[in-house]
Amino acid sequence: MGKAKDKSGPLARRPDNSAFKQQRLPAWSPILTANTVLPFFYLLALICMLLGVWLLLTVQSTQEIKLDYTELGNCDQCFQLRKNVSYAAQTCSCKVEFSIDRAFKGDVFFYYGLKNFHQNLRRYMDSRDDEQTLGRKTKLKNPSSYCEPFAKDVEGVPIAPCGAVANSMFNDSFTLTYHPSRSRTIPVPLLRKGLTWYTDKNVKFRNPKTDNLTLAAAFEGTRQPLYWQKPVYDLDPHDPTNSGFINEDLIIWMREAAFPNFKKLYGILNRADASFTKGLPKGNYTIDISYNFPVQYFQGRKEVVLTTLTWFGGQNYFLPIAYLVTSSLILLMAVVLTLAWWKFGKDGKNMKE
Amino acid sequence: NARRKMCPEAAEKPTVIKARAGLLWLQKTQTVQDENVNGEYGLIINGHSLAYALQKDLKLELLRTACMCQTVICCRVTPLQKAQVVELVKKYKQTVTLAIGDGANDVSMIRAAHIGVGISGQEGMQAVLSSDFSFAQFRYLQRLLLVHGRWSYIRMCKFLRYFFYKNFTYTLIHFWYAFFSGFSAQSVYDDWFLTMYNMVYTAVPVLALGLFDQDVNDRWSLQYPQLYSPGQLNKFFSKKVFVRCVMRSCYTSLVLFFIPWAAMHDTVRDDGKDIANYQSFALLLQTSLMIVMSAQMFFLTYYWTAINQFFLWGSLAAYIAITFTFLSNGLFFMFPTSFFFIGTARNCLNQPNVWLTVFLTCLLCTLPVVAYRFLLIQLYPMITDKVRYKAQKEGLPTPSPYRPPPRRISTRRSSYAFSHSQGYGDLVTSRKFLRLKSRPSLFGQKDSPVVENQPQVYRTITEEVEDSQS
Repeated sequence: MGKAKDKSGPLARRPDNSAFKQQRLPAWSPILTANTVLPFFYLLALICMLLGVWLLLTVQSTQEIKLDYTELGNCDQCFQLRKNVSYAAQTCSCKVEFSIDRAFKGDVFFYYGLKNFHQNLRRYMDSRDDEQTLGRKTKLKNPSSYCEPFAKDVEGVPIAPCGAVANSMFNDSFTLTYHPSRSRTIPVPLLRKGLTWYTDKNVKFRNPKTDNLTLAAAFEGTRQPLYWQKPVYDLDPHDPTNSGFINEDLIIWMREAAFPNFKKLYGILNRADASFTKGLPKGNYTIDISYNFPVQYFQGRKEVVLTTLTWFGGQNYFLPIAYLVTSSLILLMAVVLTLAWWKFGKDGKNMKE
Repeated sequence: NARRKMCPEAAEKPTVIKARAGLLWLQKTQTVQDENVNGEYGLIINGHSLAYALQKDLKLELLRTACMCQTVICCRVTPLQKAQVVELVKKYKQTVTLAIGDGANDVSMIRAAHIGVGISGQEGMQAVLSSDFSFAQFRYLQRLLLVHGRWSYIRMCKFLRYFFYKNFTYTLIHFWYAFFSGFSAQSVYDDWFLTMYNMVYTAVPVLALGLFDQDVNDRWSLQYPQLYSPGQLNKFFSKKVFVRCVMRSCYTSLVLFFIPWAAMHDTVRDDGKDIANYQSFALLLQTSLMIVMSAQMFFLTYYWTAINQFFLWGSLAAYIAITFTFLSNGLFFMFPTSFFFIGTARNCLNQPNVWLTVFLTCLLCTLPVVAYRFLLIQLYPMITDKVRYKAQKEGLPTPSPYRPPPRRISTRRSSYAFSHSQGYGDLVTSRKFLRLKSRPSLFGQKDSPVVENQPQVYRTITEEVEDSQS
């Protein structure tokens, strides 16, 4: 019987004697042996511990102050006022005082925070029109149906920006003052620009093309959202690069938070000012709040956060502590495995047939 | 009678255990238990006697007696009786039956058994046409069972376990997110990831696993037939294994959701800008899920061919490429409402705290699996682990010792030799015409004598009822 491959004859349908078809492909067959697994575990335990310690030291160098001002001090009156919808147009302001024991060295970031506000609700997140905020003229006057019922007002005039996300924009404003002594007050300047992602400010959000018209004229034929006090082109009257859809507060609000308790950037300390080149000095501070955003409808809370940052981010102790805990767990596992191997498997004594 | 002699203590009436088995305990089964015998016996029964033995009142008796024997030979039986014997075993023993035959008279038996194997050649193609597997020589049955059948079982079980695991994890994460999103069915991933995950990112590595994986190579499989027993005992995939897989998915999904949640919900980027937003969180979860699943595949695969490597690393590379493409400016300008995750990859994945979170989740998901497997190998090694250990130490199996010149069992010995009158019986038993020159092996490989036609001296195999016909 010949072994030659021919197209006819008794061996015509024989499969190829190739490595692929005969399942003889060259391969790497690793197995879990003690001299790979055990050093690996010990090494990982060491790495995790070093990471945990390093991160802990990094996070400890940050400083943070959180103030829940929903009903704090004379903000309580504003809170009561905002319970009634008919007073929505009335302004209300209150003052909150706090003091810093240790100076905040370096850049200081000012956030406003909300609790129990679900920006991650599915219908809420769908209620926006990204084409409109991209500045497409076709969509400016014809917003997407996802924005319903916030797409057109009662007279049928289209709303810009449409949708529930833009409509519920946070509208409290804050002014920070420093009191170095009882009589003196120094206003703390906050940079209100440079707060957003580059791609958000320059790519995702664009104003409709003006073609030598004013911004207000570009938005001709649209109306502001129902809950707003000012139209979108007036959000920053002093700076046209911060008005319209590219207003930084609007962009920051439109980037929905993942969880019901979140904070969003409001301002960065302007260290060009002579008194604050090194950061925030210690002493007493007050925040004047223009209290507009009502939170009692969803049992929410409002807060203000002042923090310094590191390369690792804000003051969040979870990851360093998690790494330390993981490192001890891995070490424990490694010890257990070493004992098991020593007693049962050393030199392959458990591998007898 | 004979049964009483073989097993004196057994009860007179066979005990038939009625039970329920099957996926949801819907099937009703009746089982006759195996009994201990005091010695090794064989049973020879011919067609005429079998006609009486297969009657209603005697068939259980036949079954019990036959199962107490090492081998049963039924000679001069009709095709219908062959099928009836197979069906008797199928009904009263919860085992898998295999029938092998080469002639048209074996067709009913082949079809009655769970697995039918047809031999093509001497007697035509009828057996082949009605069988599940077919090959040319009876001796290939050894390779079919011990090599290909075993590999197929292992590959199928691994494939299923991994498939359920990756999908349960992927879905359970949404369950945990529901508690934070007001139960509004908000998906926690990018829509494109939802589509691509099962179709592109995790489809091909698991396919490669199911096609190429081997725990030991074919020579070791033939050397150690005991490797076949985990398959018979349903060790690698059963209801218990499935529940364990679901539990593991639960744990993985908890780690994959809550570690990023705790690390991200109250922090920001290093320049103060937002990172706790929905899109960054989604991207973080997607990335850690992909990395954890790839790591699991890494530890699950025993046999890394170039194809497995390419598919696994290629899937990760495809994920990265597709993510950056779909989150780029160009696609956003073309379809703003579909690609609204624009900019997220560039702004989220350049933060060290994101990667530190990914690293931690990966450790917490994969290390327990590795530790558990290692511990099992040390404390309760299975036959698979022992053979793999030996294979790693020794390379290829040592050839078995030299045997005296082989007696070839000719394939020509098929049923017609016995179906004629008795005159041929003496001729056959004198073994005069069985001695033939050995043919060169088909593929020119010098296989160990184990693979060639040898009556193999087997080590203990768990009991398998197999009718050998002649």
